[in-house]
Parts: sequence; structure tokens; C-alpha cells
Amino acid sequence: MTATVEQVTTEGPAEPLRRDRRPRRSPLARREDRAGWAFVAPWVIGFLIFTAGPMIASLVLSFTDYQMIQAPRAVGLENYRELFDDPRVLKALSNTFVYAAMFVPLGTIFALVLAMMLQRVGRAGGFFRTAFYLPEMTPGVAAAAMFLLLLNGQQGLVNKVLGWIGINGPNWTADPAWLKPSLAMVSLWTLGGTVVIYLAALNGVPKQLYEAAELDGAGQFTQFFRITVPMISGALFFTVITNTIAAMQMFDQAYTMFYGPQQKAAASEESLVYMVYLFQNAFQFFKMGFASAMAWLLFVIILLITFLQVRIGNRYVYYHGER
Amino acid sequence: MKHLRLPAVLAAGTLVLTSCAGVGTKDDVGGGSGDSSAESTPSGALNIMGFSGEDEVAQSRIAAFKTAYPGVTVKNNKGDFDAQQFLTAVSSGNAPDVAYMARNLIGTYAAKGAIQPLDDCIKNNGIDTTQYREAALNEVKLSDKTYGIPEFYTVTTNLISGKALKSAGVPVTDIQTADWDKLEQTAKKLYKAKGGRPARLGFDPKMPDFFPLWAMANGAELVKQGGEPNLNDPKAVEALTYTLTLIQAQGGWSNFKTFRDTFDLFGEKNQFTADQLAAFPIENWYVNVLLDSRKNGLELQSTMFTDRQGQPISTIGGSAWVVPKGAKNFDAACKFAKTMTSVETWNKAAEARMQTVAKDKSFFTGLFTGNKTADDEIKAKYLKPTGDAGFDQAINNYYDVLDKSKSLNPSPAGAEIDAAWKNAVGKALAGTATPQAALDQAQTEAKAAFDKAPQG
Repeated sequence: MTATVEQVTTEGPAEPLRRDRRPRRSPLARREDRAGWAFVAPWVIGFLIFTAGPMIASLVLSFTDYQMIQAPRAVGLENYRELFDDPRVLKALSNTFVYAAMFVPLGTIFALVLAMMLQRVGRAGGFFRTAFYLPEMTPGVAAAAMFLLLLNGQQGLVNKVLGWIGINGPNWTADPAWLKPSLAMVSLWTLGGTVVIYLAALNGVPKQLYEAAELDGAGQFTQFFRITVPMISGALFFTVITNTIAAMQMFDQAYTMFYGPQQKAAASEESLVYMVYLFQNAFQFFKMGFASAMAWLLFVIILLITFLQVRIGNRYVYYHGER
Repeated sequence: MKHLRLPAVLAAGTLVLTSCAGVGTKDDVGGGSGDSSAESTPSGALNIMGFSGEDEVAQSRIAAFKTAYPGVTVKNNKGDFDAQQFLTAVSSGNAPDVAYMARNLIGTYAAKGAIQPLDDCIKNNGIDTTQYREAALNEVKLSDKTYGIPEFYTVTTNLISGKALKSAGVPVTDIQTADWDKLEQTAKKLYKAKGGRPARLGFDPKMPDFFPLWAMANGAELVKQGGEPNLNDPKAVEALTYTLTLIQAQGGWSNFKTFRDTFDLFGEKNQFTADQLAAFPIENWYVNVLLDSRKNGLELQSTMFTDRQGQPISTIGGSAWVVPKGAKNFDAACKFAKTMTSVETWNKAAEARMQTVAKDKSFFTGLFTGNKTADDEIKAKYLKPTGDAGFDQAINNYYDVLDKSKSLNPSPAGAEIDAAWKNAVGKALAGTATPQAALDQAQTEAKAAFDKAPQG
């Protein structure tokens, strides 16, 4: 790297100086560099071995017919062509989009409401924070199995509660129209992490802003939309992105509830999410090459969605210390 | 803002791609048939996968193997067969020595080269294949090679709640599957609803999992000899259409399934004792489950599941022992499969079962294996009248249909065919496609998979 600097002197016209070498770093800076690399090395090594390596392998495999037992056989773009010929890929994608479109906004609202309640709860806050976070620790499979009972249209607790207020609840896990809402409901169970992020963000909003707003006569509604939302927009934006990515990759709930070994009955196609179909191709039909192509298609889709979200988010997100 | 872009992109890439990578690409996973003969004495470790048997029938047979071959250390990774676990193990060169899997998977696994032919094992160890039931043996063959040793054998008959029949004034002879119109009328008579939802099902056709049975009862062969799918056979379409009608008459699929999901199938207060179901076809293992329900007032009755000409019929199910590609202890695996399924070992298992029966003050409901000789011997020695006419009838029905049952023909695209018909039946039941359209699409998909599949 070269840099051109102008030396300003009082003795004659300025002459450009070329500096071909970087400035010498101090021994302390070099030691700090080495320490930094040493600290991040485990992650970098882990990333290269367990993430970057499999990603590259997956990309290579997506151009092959690989049935796991024999060696992969190159097929060029055949798997990618097949992606667009397979109507189930489109069906699984559309199911996943619909699920994500339900889960992400619902999850954001639900988690924000919980976080705001937690913020006001006072002394018992620690207990409720733990209580809300605990479901995050529950394996998705266990949560899904539990919700199969809770969501049973006939004897499930959810419909019983709805019945108390005069609502005849649907057949959540059997009616094709309610399968995706059911999956979204099950996913809401694991919002503890998002709640914790929102709580931290809410606690970071300066109290003076609310005091000033109150003095100006702003009501709760105005304060929420003019102060709270803009001030925590960074956290909201982050969780919307990560929850969208998680929703696009939803697997364990759908698999446990409708496709796992315990589910002998055939599942309705309305519950076929993308990752379940990917899993079926990989491990039931031995089409690992095709499954890899599916993974890369999803990668590109998520990349595009994330890019769009970032572009849109840039206009509205406020970061402390950046602006 | 900028600092978020890289993490978001990396997170997206990482999370998606690691889900479909990291599998081994090892070409040569070694193994091979190795030497195995009747005289050889196996030693070393024997790793078993997919066998979660905890009961006396399982344990007594493992004990029989350990006694016969003390030099072998049996390591059983308990848990049901898991395709992902199995394929990952085989492709990464860590294959188990022997695996326990459903026989209907064997065609696919054999065609892909995941399991080894056992013809040498059978020949060199003097395994008498004539002792196994023909239908079970047919299921473990592909292109004239034998890939598995059959173990259990399940068949189907109708089990009925006598109490439900009495309350509706329906004679047991009306629970039949020959006259479909009459069956629909019977189901309607036995069906009870409350608040627009089912309170008792009259006759549960056990759809979608029993679709092959209904198709077979109507004369359709879903998988042709050679393994080609035939899912949209007009008789299969007719069978699916009829079972939909039957379900429609009992609340419709969504209500029907929701109600059925509440059955406590393995509990003492099951669907019969709780008066939630009048009759359904079910496999032979279930009669043993029902023993404890007698104290809750179960009045069991039974009729044969027949084809439309009134001839008893059943599809078969069951498991088999296979030796994966790359298995390191072929000799021990071969002898294990032989020992676990031999007449002598099954007799030991029956003895163990009789001890449990005596301890529980219960009765023997039969042992249904893939070994016909063993079944005949065990039946002759241990099966006695139970003092409960309904149970006796059910047990006899299961024994009577053993030789009249048929398997779906094995296919190198067996897994895809299975998924295709299940998907089609699911769509038809959910009402998102007509039976004809759903099975037509299933046939197209299954045929494409069959055409692309290696033929073994």
C-alpha cells in the first residue's frame, strides 16, 4: 500500500513525498496484535473446520449426484435445474414464507410486549426474566411434542381456554388451514432470547426523554412510537433479521409434529417446510447433491431477504453513538 | 449499521449450509463380506444399531447370542433405526456391524449400496431360508439377492369393542370389509357425535397408513414385480375414494383425525374402554397391549379383514437384520442375525415371555415372527384357550391370516414410492386434491424416482 502526503513547509514550494513503507508499529502494538489473534484463533479455526469447510463441501456437492455411499458424480447444473422442476420445492418454500410472515411480526410484537411488562414488574423481575427465558432452554422437539397435546382441537388446553370465552377453536394440527399458524404458535414458545434483548434495549433508553415528553404533554401511545420504538430500533432490527433467518430454517417443530418417526400418519403438504423437505431428500431419498442445491438456494434467498432488510433498516434504525 | 451486515450474512450462510454439509465423502468405506462360515468362531466387538428392544423377548435372544459366542462383545447403541445416523455412520466409515431396520426400507438401501448382500452369509452359515415366511423373505430381496434376515412379522385383523356394538345393536358380523356400502352404513350406526364433533368413531379405516391394505383389498398392486410403482391404479384410486367417504361419514378428516389423536392407544383407558372407537383394523402386537384393559371393562371381539370377495387378507410389516457396507465384523454380524432369528432362539424368547405372563397372571397372546417353523412350534406348545372368547378369536384371526398376507414388492425406489403415496393420501384426506389427481401426481413422482434409481 502506498500513500501520498503533502508536506507543507515554510521554505519554498511544497513537494510531494512518497512513503513506501508502513510506519513501524510499536512493540506493544505488535504484542497486542498477537494476543488478539491468539484469542480469536480458536473461533477462526473452528469456523474454518466446522463452517467454511462444510460450506465449500456443500457447494461442491450441489453440482454432483451424491448418494452418500458411492463417490459423488458430477452432474453440472442438473440439481439446480431440478429445483425449479420439483413442485414440492416451491410448495415448501411458499409454506416457509407464510410461516415466516406469521412468526416474525407476531414474535416481535409478543416479545416486545413481554419485555415491556418485565421492565415494569419491579422486584419480581428476576423471577419472570428466568421464567420467560427458560423455554429457550427446552429442546424444540420437546416443545413440539407438548404443543401437539395443547393444540389438539378436541381435548387440547388451548381450545378449552378458548371455549371458556365462547370461541370454538379450530383443529390446529389437523386442519390444513391451521397448520402453519400452529407452527408459528409453537415457535413463539422460544422467544425468551428476543425478550432479553428487548429488555436490555428498553433499559438503555434515557429516562429524561420520557420525562421531557411528559412535560410536553405526550401520552403513552405517543411516547411508545416517538421514543421507545426509535430508541430500540437497533435491537428490533437485529431480532427481525435473526428471527427471519431462523424462521426460514425452521425444522425441528415441523418435523416432530408432522414428519418424525412417531408420526405414522402422512402429513398434509401444508405443513411441509423447506428444511423438512431438504432433510427428506438428504436422508430418506439419498439425494445429498440435490439437498445441497436446496441449501444453497435457501442461502441465496436468505441473503436477498437480509440485504433488503438491511437496505430498508438503514433508513429507520437509530444506533447510539453512530449518529 | 455497517457492522451488522457481515454478521447477518455470515449467520445466514452458516446456519443454512451447515445443515446440509459435513457429511463424509469417503469413497471406500471398506468392509466386505469377509469370511463367515458355520465353523468359524467370531470374536471382537459387535456394534448394533437400531435395536431398542428392552423386553424379555429381545433380551433373552441377545443373551442366547452372548452364550453361544462368548468371544464377542455386544455393543448395542439403543434407539430406533435413524436414517440420518445410519447413513452418516456408513458414509464416514464408521458403520455398525449389524443394523435393525424395517423391511420396507431394504430395497432402497440395497439399491444405493448401503447394505451388503447376505447370500454368502446365508450359504456359508447354513441358514435355512425355508424356515422364514415367504412374504417376509420377498421383502428383503432385490434383484435376486438377499439383503436381510427377517425378524418380526406383523399382520392385520379387525379388533372390535363388544360394548360399542351392543350399545348400537350392531352384530359383530357387520364389521366386515367385503361389502363396502354396508360397512359405511355400519360405521354410521356406530358413530356418535357431540357438539358437531366425533364422540365415538364407528369404524376407523386407519388411513393414511393402511392405504396399501385397502388398495390390496380392492385388488390393486401398488408396487409391481420388479419394483415399478403403480400408485394410480384405478382400484387404488377407488380404495382411496371409498375410505375418504367412510371418514366423511364420521365427521370429516380434520375432526376425525383430531379426535383419533386423543386416543390413549397404550393406556388402560384406551379408545375401546373409553368408548371412543367401535372397530378398526390393527396389527397383531396390539392384542398384547390390550391385556391390561380387561379390568377396565374391555369386551374384545374380532373379525378378519377381508378383500371384497370376503377372503382374509393382510399386508405385512416387520423388521430385518442387515449388514451395512463397511461393517468390520461381518462374521459376528452374520451369526448374530442367524442366532436372533433361529427356531431355537425364538423358543427361548417364548419361554421368557411365558415367565412374564405367569408373573403378571396374564395369558399368552402369541409370538409372531418371520420364522414360520418357530411360530408353529411356539403356537403348538404355548398357545392355550385364554378363558376370554374375544381374545381367543382375535389371536386365532391373527394366526389364520399369517399365511394369507402379502408384502408390497420391494423396489430400489421404495423410500420415494412410500413418500409419494403418503403425500398423495395426505393431500386427498386434507381435501387439497382429489384422490385421482393426488395419486396421479404421486405416480409421476414415484415413476421418475424409480427410473433414476440404480437397480441394485
